[in-house]
Amino acid sequence: MASQEILREEPSRGSFVNDPKVRSLFFQAVVVVLLVAGVWWIAQNVIANLTRLHIASGFGFLKGRAGFDISESAIAYSSDSTYGRAILVGFINTVIVAVVGIITATIIGFIVGIGRLSQNWLIRKICTVYVEVFRNIPPLLVIFFWYSGVLAVLPPPRDSINLPFGSFLNQRGFYFPSAVWGDGSWLIFVALLVGIAMAWFVARKAHQRQMATGQQFPVFWTSAALIVGLPLLAYALSGFPLSFDYPKQSTFNLTGGFQVSPEFLSLYLALSCYTAAFIAEIVRAGIRGVSKGQTEAAAALGLRSGSILRLVVVPQAMRIVIPPLTSQYLNLTKNSSLAIAIGYPDLTATAGTVLNQTGQAVEGVLIMMAVYLILSLVTSAVMNVVNARMALVER
Amino acid sequence: MKHIAIGILGAATLGVMASAASASTLDDVKAKGFIQCGVSTGLAGFSAPDDKGDWQGIDADFCRAVAAAVFGDGSKVKFTPLSAKERFTALQSGEIDILSRNTTWTINRDTALGLNFIGVTYYDGQGFMINAKKLPGVNSALQLSGAAVCVQSGTTTELNLADYFKSNKMEYNPVVFEKLDEVNAAYDAGRCDVYTTDQSGLYGIRLTLAAPADHVVLPEIISKEPLGPAVRQGDDQWYHIVKWTYFALLQAEELGITKANVEEMKASDNPEIKRVLGQEAETKIGTDLGVSNDWVVNIVKTVGNYGELFERNVGSGSPLKIARGINALWTKGGLQYAPPIR
Amino acid sequence: MQEHDMSWVRTEMALAQPAPASVRGMGAWVRTNLIGSVGDAILTIIGIALVAMILPQVINWAFINAQWTGPDRSVCATVAQGGIQSDGWSGACWAFVNAKFGQFMFGTYPIEERWRPILVAILFVALLVPMLIPRVPRKGLNAILLFLVLPIISFVLLVGGMFGLPHVETSRWGGLLVTLSLSFVGIAVSLPLGVVLALGRRSKMPIVKMLCIIFIETVRGIPLITVLFFVSVMLPLFLPAGVTFDKFLRALIGVSLFAAAYMAEVIRGGLQAIPKGQYEGADSLGLGYWQKMGLIVLPQALKLVIPGIVNTFIGMFKDTSLVIIISMFDLLGIVKQNFSDPNWATPQTARSGLIFAAFVFWLFCFGMSRYSMYTERRLDTGHKR
Repeated sequence: MASQEILREEPSRGSFVNDPKVRSLFFQAVVVVLLVAGVWWIAQNVIANLTRLHIASGFGFLKGRAGFDISESAIAYSSDSTYGRAILVGFINTVIVAVVGIITATIIGFIVGIGRLSQNWLIRKICTVYVEVFRNIPPLLVIFFWYSGVLAVLPPPRDSINLPFGSFLNQRGFYFPSAVWGDGSWLIFVALLVGIAMAWFVARKAHQRQMATGQQFPVFWTSAALIVGLPLLAYALSGFPLSFDYPKQSTFNLTGGFQVSPEFLSLYLALSCYTAAFIAEIVRAGIRGVSKGQTEAAAALGLRSGSILRLVVVPQAMRIVIPPLTSQYLNLTKNSSLAIAIGYPDLTATAGTVLNQTGQAVEGVLIMMAVYLILSLVTSAVMNVVNARMALVER
Repeated sequence: MKHIAIGILGAATLGVMASAASASTLDDVKAKGFIQCGVSTGLAGFSAPDDKGDWQGIDADFCRAVAAAVFGDGSKVKFTPLSAKERFTALQSGEIDILSRNTTWTINRDTALGLNFIGVTYYDGQGFMINAKKLPGVNSALQLSGAAVCVQSGTTTELNLADYFKSNKMEYNPVVFEKLDEVNAAYDAGRCDVYTTDQSGLYGIRLTLAAPADHVVLPEIISKEPLGPAVRQGDDQWYHIVKWTYFALLQAEELGITKANVEEMKASDNPEIKRVLGQEAETKIGTDLGVSNDWVVNIVKTVGNYGELFERNVGSGSPLKIARGINALWTKGGLQYAPPIR
Repeated sequence: MQEHDMSWVRTEMALAQPAPASVRGMGAWVRTNLIGSVGDAILTIIGIALVAMILPQVINWAFINAQWTGPDRSVCATVAQGGIQSDGWSGACWAFVNAKFGQFMFGTYPIEERWRPILVAILFVALLVPMLIPRVPRKGLNAILLFLVLPIISFVLLVGGMFGLPHVETSRWGGLLVTLSLSFVGIAVSLPLGVVLALGRRSKMPIVKMLCIIFIETVRGIPLITVLFFVSVMLPLFLPAGVTFDKFLRALIGVSLFAAAYMAEVIRGGLQAIPKGQYEGADSLGLGYWQKMGLIVLPQALKLVIPGIVNTFIGMFKDTSLVIIISMFDLLGIVKQNFSDPNWATPQTARSGLIFAAFVFWLFCFGMSRYSMYTERRLDTGHKR
């Protein structure tokens, strides 16, 4: 039957119902109708619920006085600040822990990932155990482990563990001296900026020269000298304006200096350890993805093993590594919301408190979702730029 | 495939809609056969599960009293443990019928959050607890400048704390957690110097610490914390049933009606007792409220009067040993006062 | 002369010579694997130092000094902390895990009804094991039993309220029971949903495609906690007054939707890897869309992405621990809740409980990942060059 139909001179499209275009249109129309109906239904319910329960709606509450304090804040905040500012404090805390965590996780991850490919049996095994342990337990558990299992059993402030450089470790966190910048210290920062700018300039020139003539220039040492030396010079010239504020024992806590809370520490350590295990696997896969011929060819050209790794293997591995690395960075950022379980005032925690104090559930959750979405989009945008620069340039 | 999908979607939508018909909470409750009661995730004396998973405490017993009034059976109640964050939405959305979860009555919650508090089952105030062994010489909250203070987030406690330290020009370091047991654990581990919550709570929490004797509750009370059950706005009948259950508990204590003597009291000559217990001829007090006329008998039989409820859960009959204080009846110099049942 | 011309022919094989001493035996292994170069040797020494520093302590703590049984906290606390151990003692408090084991497994599920979850577990294992062993026949029947019949039986058994079984509210569920039931349902729902979303994302219908993209990217851009907040706080407001969901069901919806978005991306990867010829071949045979996908494309695509699917499962299994945020007590939640039990609160309790929970999670996740590696090898039917 079927073959006969095909052989017809004028292949009828069959009935109107079987036309793929019509079906597609029909199906999409159904979807749209259902969607609109669903959204309308939900909106009706929300409006009805809100009016029935006499719940105020809108984002006006963000301008209200918050009335609660937040333990750690990078910007000025007191109980007199607005709800909006409280959420901003939480957002900044999220960004801080995410950025610091990403940097640490990348470093640990690369070390462990390369360690898993090491010639050394012992190192290989240690790294494998690390990866298999951390990959297979929930991140929340790792956070709790650091918080209740490790940091909570440190000694109380009175019996703090003394560490070098006047820093202390106790169950209230890690304390270290904070720098107090005196008069004229702006000169040091200017010198640092100038040093970085000059180092960049030197690197560019050296690269151009190497491209043109093949002559090499010790870029690393020059840059290091510029970046470290210039500020030091400025420091000496401006009369050593730097002093330190050391943490001291007071009635309740250590005061003075800079304090890192155990909440931040455990979140940071847990996120770094956990994500590092995944990054290690990505790095391992990336390096293994560079074919052996590349290494051998580089060796045939007379490169030393360090140079082979640096100039041939890693740049190619990076192309494989970056896309999955991006999603790990996103995961770390999203996992930072687990802070709520141990009381680190991140976005979820402060927005949650605001939500609870004001009763603005819909707005609170919407703000949370929107901010995380934007954070994710920004992170992927940045990583896409990096990826584009790393991508294979083909003719 | 698509037809099936549409069918399922349609059916699901209809199914959800169909069950949304009823409007009165009392009818809903009667239809499903039990009261859904929102309680805390565990606060000794107010609402905490015992070893068998049964909820005990003033707040839990209050829900049993309402169930007794509605069904004549105090066991027809189910408990939903709620965090501070979830409690209001749970009530607003209809997930629970009564929020009986050591919740402070404030104007904001009555107006902006759409709740109706029915009264004050426990007059409380916020206090501070410290470890006297670790902090000898601290005997007033005014000496707490610079301390790390453990507090539960999203509570009025958190707000009072900020106000108190600010008005006394003291510094402090808040250590904030979502759940009560997290705050307890952190305080017990020494993460903070001071624990602040309602004073009744402090006594209850002290019992759960590793070395209860080391901890003292400081004398200052920094706020008014009238704790009471709340219901949704817009259902006056249900509001009245819950409110008058509370008043019935008080009235029973005032009249000396107890769990033990309620049956004898039915035969009492005292017209007031007869009226309250629904023994008056042609009485309509109960039915006007929407329950049976012997509702007070059922309540008292199930949980006792307010005094019994108090002593059993937080007072002398409990490990908390909290004195009645301002929670005594008005006749004994306290604040608990019920309008007449007539 | 003749003898001289005759070349000597060996009639039997010479015995293989032993490998030179430098490439065999312990010594050589050590030389190549531990002290191949100066740097290697230093690394080895650091590694040995690290292991020597950590391992004895861990073994001491977890086994030698550990307390396995005991009535209350006194066995796990030093004299100064009000216990019986000498000062300076530090060891795991497995007695705590031992005493709370029932709770860790079932939460506050009524003790006299606990045979029900146990029976479900036995049925589950009895159906799962033959499913996982490739040689056992009747996979189709097995799958129907596992994915259609078992959930119904489990639902009846666990929830009760019919056939004379007392009703057990989900608020009394807890521990591993919650972790496993959330994961199982999450897996069973998110896979088909993920397939639908992935197909939708690759669909030629612009509206369907756009909707799928919006859903997938939004869910992937926000943390699971926010999704759980959404279902626990906002969902009730979306429904008409008086209509509510069970909290457990809400958590299930949240976890499944979340996993489905990740699953969709994994499956999309598989779909993209199928050569165009396969689609065209299916078209030329006159297969409809669902026939083409169901018979030709999906079987190949899903096989390609098994590791990704299992990774998503593992991720979801681990993510179920987050329901603690909306006051549900899964394994981790119930372990943590018991830290505050005054009968057991000691400095060792938290560590011991968390390590126990970690071990259980690890066992499941590690098992899943190993099984996926095994399946991957078994199904590897010549895609690799």
